[in-house]
Amino acid sequence: MNDNHYAWQRTKPSAQDREFGLAKDGSSNPEQDANGAAPRQRKEPLAVGTQAPDFHLKDTPDQRVSLSDFAGRPVVLAFYPADFSPVCSNEMSLFNELIDEFRRYDAQMLGISVDNVWCHLAFAKDRNIQFPLLSDFHPKGEVSMAYNAYREDDGESERALYVIDPDGKIAWSHISPIGVNPGADGVLDALERLNQRTAAAA
Amino acid sequence: MSRLTMPLDERRDHVRGDPDAPVELLEYGDYECPYCGLAHPIVQELERRIGHLFRFAFRNFPLAQIHPHARNAAYAAEAAGMQGRFWEMHDTLFDNQQNLGDRDLLAYAQALGLDIRQFIADMGSPEVAQKVRDDFMSGVRSGVNGTPTFFINGERHDGSYQLEALAVAIGRAAQSRVKEPAA
Repeated sequence: MNDNHYAWQRTKPSAQDREFGLAKDGSSNPEQDANGAAPRQRKEPLAVGTQAPDFHLKDTPDQRVSLSDFAGRPVVLAFYPADFSPVCSNEMSLFNELIDEFRRYDAQMLGISVDNVWCHLAFAKDRNIQFPLLSDFHPKGEVSMAYNAYREDDGESERALYVIDPDGKIAWSHISPIGVNPGADGVLDALERLNQRTAAAA
Repeated sequence: MSRLTMPLDERRDHVRGDPDAPVELLEYGDYECPYCGLAHPIVQELERRIGHLFRFAFRNFPLAQIHPHARNAAYAAEAAGMQGRFWEMHDTLFDNQQNLGDRDLLAYAQALGLDIRQFIADMGSPEVAQKVRDDFMSGVRSGVNGTPTFFINGERHDGSYQLEALAVAIGRAAQSRVKEPAA
């Protein structure tokens, strides 16, 4: 058992943890899954330039969000394994702090996991999340699979990031080891490049 | 390996320690983050033990949506810095992480003997807000993905921040710096 994953259960943090328990200790292999199994092959994200699969997912009990709702604007799509787990909370918190920055690029931020909408609501309330969290709950993982971001063995989404251009094509993508918060530098760099491309075309 | 995109600059950054030391240890931190609170005495212990090897710098990385006092605390440190007392406020904030309300911040400023009117004006000034934002964005663009994140001579330290691990990393960086100038 990778106990870093459960650091939130301790009342006092240890110096190996970071906010929400992301371990920085080099001894733990982030490629290793929670059962201590051998390092697994990570998936390749969908290739840059391919059309991003559309989706139609609930973000609240009575509303759905589609990729096509945001046609003409860049979209940042962050797949993550689960609400409330320590690393993703941190990842979503970081993106949450960057909402103003994304606005500068007119980009829409969306989070996706297989949790159901009620869980998303509780999570968003707890962490004050300012962007929609989509529920890839039924049929379970369908959209994650379409983005090559589903972990069959765990039944959870990969930690995958996509930046989709205003034409709905994939502009940048990245899949992180499951225990590693990817940070936001790749996403911001990609949005900046998109911006330059648009400016050059204008 | 993530690298620091905005190099340390004494004109804007808070840096303490021997200016001729071979290593720069930079922390991106949040005054309300419990893990940063844990790292703080470790940094101080390193300064006591191997302070001749490194300079220490701190940049703000407040995760304000989950830490409601973090941004104001960062503003307080910067406002104290405008009266030349950044590090005293920095240490005070980490030593009192559970008490970072506005009244607390004012009391700490008073205890440091700051000009309170000026302190309040600076805390609310656009310059201080921009400085904290610049710190934060420089961290984001350098691959900071949580707090605390340390950089040693501009390279992100991905190991543990326990005393021994940081001491070894600083020692290693100091050695490679000593060899460099000969090349």
